[in-house]
Amino acid sequence: MARAALTLAAVALAAIGAGAAAAQDTANGEAIYSRCAACHALAYDRTGPRHCGLIGRRAGSLPGFDYSEAMKRSRLTWDVKTLDRFLADPMKAVPGTSMGYAGVKDAKERADLIAWLREAGSAASAECRNRPGR
Amino acid sequence: MSFLAFANDPALRASRRAFLGKSGFVLSGAAVALLAGRDALAARAGTSAEADVRILNTALGAELEAVAAYQVGAESGLLAKPALDLAVTFQGHHREHADVLAKTIARLGGRAVPAKAKYTFPVETLKSQADVLRFAAMLEKGAVSAYLGAVPVFGDRDLAKAAASILGDEAMHWAILRQAVGEAPVPSAFVA
Repeated sequence: MARAALTLAAVALAAIGAGAAAAQDTANGEAIYSRCAACHALAYDRTGPRHCGLIGRRAGSLPGFDYSEAMKRSRLTWDVKTLDRFLADPMKAVPGTSMGYAGVKDAKERADLIAWLREAGSAASAECRNRPGR
Repeated sequence: MSFLAFANDPALRASRRAFLGKSGFVLSGAAVALLAGRDALAARAGTSAEADVRILNTALGAELEAVAAYQVGAESGLLAKPALDLAVTFQGHHREHADVLAKTIARLGGRAVPAKAKYTFPVETLKSQADVLRFAAMLEKGAVSAYLGAVPVFGDRDLAKAAASILGDEAMHWAILRQAVGEAPVPSAFVA
């Protein structure tokens, strides 16, 4: 009985710990996203395309955005794996991309950034629900 | 001494005008020489030059957007002097960056992206001078990161050097804007 209670407590603590870690990761991801602020925003297109609805979107497919031919031809669909590869080295992942940027080299930073993009860029997020022109 | 008191000091303003007059000339001359005045750039061809033109065009697009953003700030009615003067000065720097980038792209045989007919900014969230300055600071921080990410990928090292020169200017904008809203002007020893 005592052992069962301890196990339960350990599981509960692990769950709390995992939750806290996830929250911390997305907070770090948001901080990393500030590096993108010269060209990108969540809710509207800028020099780069908007990130609301990014996960699951076919690369180069936002209507009205002037993508490079390379991005339009990339046949990528943005998910954790493709974003991770692209963000690590955009010009290698999609040669000819307009994103002339060396990349986010730290794997943990990329994971945090992608976790934040999944959350903040989801259609359900406040910023994406209220985006201009929607 | 607060940032605003510093900016209002007539003696400092006079010396700043003198400095800006001189340094503006020096920087413009050096930047044009670095970016747009070298025949070797025009002669260079191939995939490396094409990639450099793409990087320059992305930077140009962001600079043109920054010019437009400062215009929105200047016309918002939310900025009082000396913050307004600051915004106009920084806008002028971005315009100089854009001019030099466009000339360089042309010299490399590329076609410079034009300014967009319309830009979208989150104007509904800008309710005060501090909001405008924080928004500008966010854009400048992003510009620092963008140039930092561009410097290593230029094929031509002189272009990388010139991009680093612009990076330094954007970093100064960012620091001064942070100070203007009461934040630590230089939050860390490194930028990312």
